[in-house]
Amino acid sequence: MSGAIATNPRSRLSDFFYRHSGLLTFALLLPPLLWIGIVYLGSLFALLLQSFYSLDEFSGLIVHEFTLSTYEQLFTPTNLTIILRTAVMAAAVTLASAILAFPIAYYAARYARGGWKALFYLAVMMPLWSSYLVKVYAWKLILAKEGIVTWVAGKIHLGWLLDALLAMPVIGGSSLSFSYIGTFIVFVYIWLPYMILPTQAALERVPKNFIEASADLGASPRQTFRTVILPLAMPGVIAGSIFTFSLTLGDYIIPQIVGNSRPFIGTTVYALQGTAGDIPLAAAFTVVPVVIMGIYLMIARRMGAFDAL
Amino acid sequence: MPPAVSFQHVSRHFGHVKAVDDVSLDIFEGEFFAMLGPSGSGKTTCLRLIAGFEQPTSGHIEIFGETAEGLPPYRRNVNTVFQDYALFPHMTVGENVAYGLMIKGVARAEREAKALETLAMVKLKGFDQRRPSQLSGGQRQRVALARALVNQPKVLLLDEPLGALDLKLREQMQEELKALQKELGITFVLVTHDQGEALSMANRVAIFNEGKIVQAGPPADVYEHPRSRFVADFVGSSNVLPPEFAAAHGGTHAWTSLRPEKVRLVRAGEALPAGQFGVSGRVASALYQGAITRIAVELNSTRIIAAIPTGMTTIQEGETVALAWDACNLVAMEAA
Repeated sequence: MSGAIATNPRSRLSDFFYRHSGLLTFALLLPPLLWIGIVYLGSLFALLLQSFYSLDEFSGLIVHEFTLSTYEQLFTPTNLTIILRTAVMAAAVTLASAILAFPIAYYAARYARGGWKALFYLAVMMPLWSSYLVKVYAWKLILAKEGIVTWVAGKIHLGWLLDALLAMPVIGGSSLSFSYIGTFIVFVYIWLPYMILPTQAALERVPKNFIEASADLGASPRQTFRTVILPLAMPGVIAGSIFTFSLTLGDYIIPQIVGNSRPFIGTTVYALQGTAGDIPLAAAFTVVPVVIMGIYLMIARRMGAFDAL
Repeated sequence: MPPAVSFQHVSRHFGHVKAVDDVSLDIFEGEFFAMLGPSGSGKTTCLRLIAGFEQPTSGHIEIFGETAEGLPPYRRNVNTVFQDYALFPHMTVGENVAYGLMIKGVARAEREAKALETLAMVKLKGFDQRRPSQLSGGQRQRVALARALVNQPKVLLLDEPLGALDLKLREQMQEELKALQKELGITFVLVTHDQGEALSMANRVAIFNEGKIVQAGPPADVYEHPRSRFVADFVGSSNVLPPEFAAAHGGTHAWTSLRPEKVRLVRAGEALPAGQFGVSGRVASALYQGAITRIAVELNSTRIIAAIPTGMTTIQEGETVALAWDACNLVAMEAA
């Protein structure tokens, strides 16, 4: 009967939470807050703490005393080179992903309808369904000297171009799978979906009549793109770049499998905490991407990338 | 002097749907022109054809004597106030208003001054540093208006501009828009489904139905002399009398419109003067609406709605009343 006070305990619970909606929010948020607070932030804090300890060079034991000497080690030329190499690679991967992702995301958001849209989601997501390792090893084969890229280049008489590319200083190498170019290609392949999806989501939220309004006010398609579409898509591109940038900064598998075996931050951390047993320096190295990301987001914010949020 | 906007046999078809079907019309410079019709009648498509968002399937459009078809929106000297305003969320109010000038390459100081001036004109002085999201619906509407007007368009297109505002604000904006149009002398083209809005603001109204203009003329003319049942029904409300009934009660043998406010109540024992005709019947419903009471009187063959000034008598549902009207208020219409 309407108007009666419920006697069924489940209904009474619903009624109670309806009257005290703040309590319901609290009950729902408690588990994730505990998780983030204790497990997630806790381990991050433990990591930070480790980086302020140091390794005794003779005994190989960790000295549990506050020191900045571990951070000092980051600034040796070798370690600085590792940091710089990783940051440049991450920046290049992010830039290339953004350039590749934008037209795809734009098409999907503005023009694809029905079946085409489903196909777009499938095509973007499907690579994420298969194992990361399988994909990386597949790429190693594709890029190898005996691989399909070299073969196709030879067949279409562009072998000279590939050779010229590989002969370039620094980024070249004996074959694509043993060069920075190879590492770069695989990074872009692996992280591209993480750039496409947020960019597409941001473009999806740009109403069609913004574009019409801009044209109505005299803007050519190019001006509309620059002054309306791009600024409104920027939060999405930035979100995507956070993924591609930080994932590249932290990855330790791709550079081991494809590339010229020069160390990146990830591989260095992997080596330091494993064979070398230098947990403090490994911890200090992991703080580097956190700091780089912080700086990156600050600059993005300064440049107004989040104005449209 | 060529008309501001001229449509010559313009059609716009979307597949099988004839959104605009062979429309010819002239809108003159300095006019406040309203396109009135139900949703899907083609009025908005006509507006979009003028703005350049749509291209005609066939026919010819001229804006101030220049061929418009094929011209993209950014090459037309017309501006639009969009239904949901379409203000850019990543720009301040001032930047929104100055947008058109920025695109034209007007220097920053000059365009900012112009934007402030135009904002003052729409009574939004001091709002230039805010974001559109911080404004109320009425304020956004004014920003949209300022953003269009700052470009000094030759024709201003308004697409249901007041649709999202509440009644009081809508009436206020109607007055302001009309005053603004008079002051600036710009041709205004208003699209609306609200007949009150069209009648009160426009110099001339075109009534749209199913992609065609069914009647056009000054508001009073359209209201007083609807040419078809559709217009009689859509513009205000009307009693549409069947030919036989009309012929027997002062009219001619044609479908006839009789406005509810032209029907009066006959006092008991009153003799009808010459030229007046009447009926009597049972009151099926009486709706109190403040200034007037709308009563529906059931007759054998039809029903008559009458708008009676409230306070004269109290009318109860179920009682029998006598109604009368002047023969000259019966307007014969074309069938359909």
